Amino acid sequence: MSESKKGDVDPGLNRRKVLKCMTWAGTGVLWTISGGVPRSLGIIDQALAAEPSKLTFLQISDSHVGFDKPANPNAIGTLQEAIGKIKALPARPSFMIHTGDITHLSKPAEFDNADQAISEARLDVHYVPGEHDLIDEEVKLYRERYGKNAKGAGWYSFDASGVHFIGLVNVMDLEAGKLGKLGEEQLKWLEDDVAGRTASTPIVVFAHIPLWTVYEQWGWGTDDGARAVSLLKKFGSVTVLNGHIHQVMQKVEGNVAFHTAMSTAFPQPAPGTAPSPGPLKVPDDKLRSLLGITDVNFVRGQQRLALIDKPLQN
Amino acid sequence: MQSLRPERRTRTPSAVLLVAAFFAATLLPGAAPAEDAAVQIDDFAFSPASITVKAGTTVTWRNKDDIPHTVASSTRLFKSKALDTDDTYTFTFNEPGTYQYFCSLHPHMTGKIVVEPANHAAT
Repeated sequence: MSESKKGDVDPGLNRRKVLKCMTWAGTGVLWTISGGVPRSLGIIDQALAAEPSKLTFLQISDSHVGFDKPANPNAIGTLQEAIGKIKALPARPSFMIHTGDITHLSKPAEFDNADQAISEARLDVHYVPGEHDLIDEEVKLYRERYGKNAKGAGWYSFDASGVHFIGLVNVMDLEAGKLGKLGEEQLKWLEDDVAGRTASTPIVVFAHIPLWTVYEQWGWGTDDGARAVSLLKKFGSVTVLNGHIHQVMQKVEGNVAFHTAMSTAFPQPAPGTAPSPGPLKVPDDKLRSLLGITDVNFVRGQQRLALIDKPLQN
Repeated sequence: MQSLRPERRTRTPSAVLLVAAFFAATLLPGAAPAEDAAVQIDDFAFSPASITVKAGTTVTWRNKDDIPHTVASSTRLFKSKALDTDDTYTFTFNEPGTYQYFCSLHPHMTGKIVVEPANHAAT
């Protein structure tokens, strides 16, 4: 991972190879879905110039509203900046997904503040919870706000512009010594959910913890993530969008592209480069280059989704 | 001023209980006073990850990380709420045995408390 340089992204990824971890700074990823496999377009402006898109959506992640430690004493402020970026996009996205850790401590006021900031974008938002969103005493605040029409712990699917979106929960009932978990009930639901769909339907899966093992020593992975991916193997284009690790990483395996987004709150170290995955304190003038959003474009007839990770500040 | 009253009401009984518990403990024949023990949570790890204590010991966990953690028994015997930075959780281990626990938010974080019979040193 250490040999990857900021912004050093090979557009012609070897699909069979794990792409080395790309850690770069940004506020978001713009995704374009084209024909089956997602792809990253680089930065937002280039993507928009490159091709007209039928469907554009945004991913934001790990806003940790309520976090006030030295790594970023103003997490709500940087979330507001990210939303400002989204509002300023030349082409309005169709909707947003939030891949969890909306709040830091699941406090009602934190959910309120997050809602208020995110609603400024005036976009529909599809959420999945992070572990930080399920730590209120009764574990009910997230479900009451965002999971009313969801199944189980909060999983669901929906369709947009011919793309099938699946929101999964892998932060519930975690077990000692293990990684993230989807569980049998959710996997069965997933199997049923995709059963009747044609193989040409582009699939976008989003969940908080990476569905592939990024770094087991820090718990950055999902024990039964590979089972979920195998349930999707008939599909020509599967894009997996995650958060949790507060940095951009990509991997392409066959028809499946994995991508993690930056946080809007604070960066975390690259795997193994620090004693723990705790918040990374960087110089103040560098922080905004490590926070961001992700813009996603889907273009029919193209092979991949285009993803653009856009930092709050280049 | 009114808001102080309910607080007083809840505090007084717990103070009385504490005093009663103290006398009960000191008056119990044969019971060695168990020393308290502490576990730090830092850098996404319990430190020390394993401690051995006498039955009756109260263990206090303190979170020194910038990220919340929990202390959750693997057998669901005890579980803290999410501990923010500098929050603490205590649990008193009265029965000898080995107690495995983990952080339910970051389950790769694990630890154990080994509890030995209290009367070992008392004789």
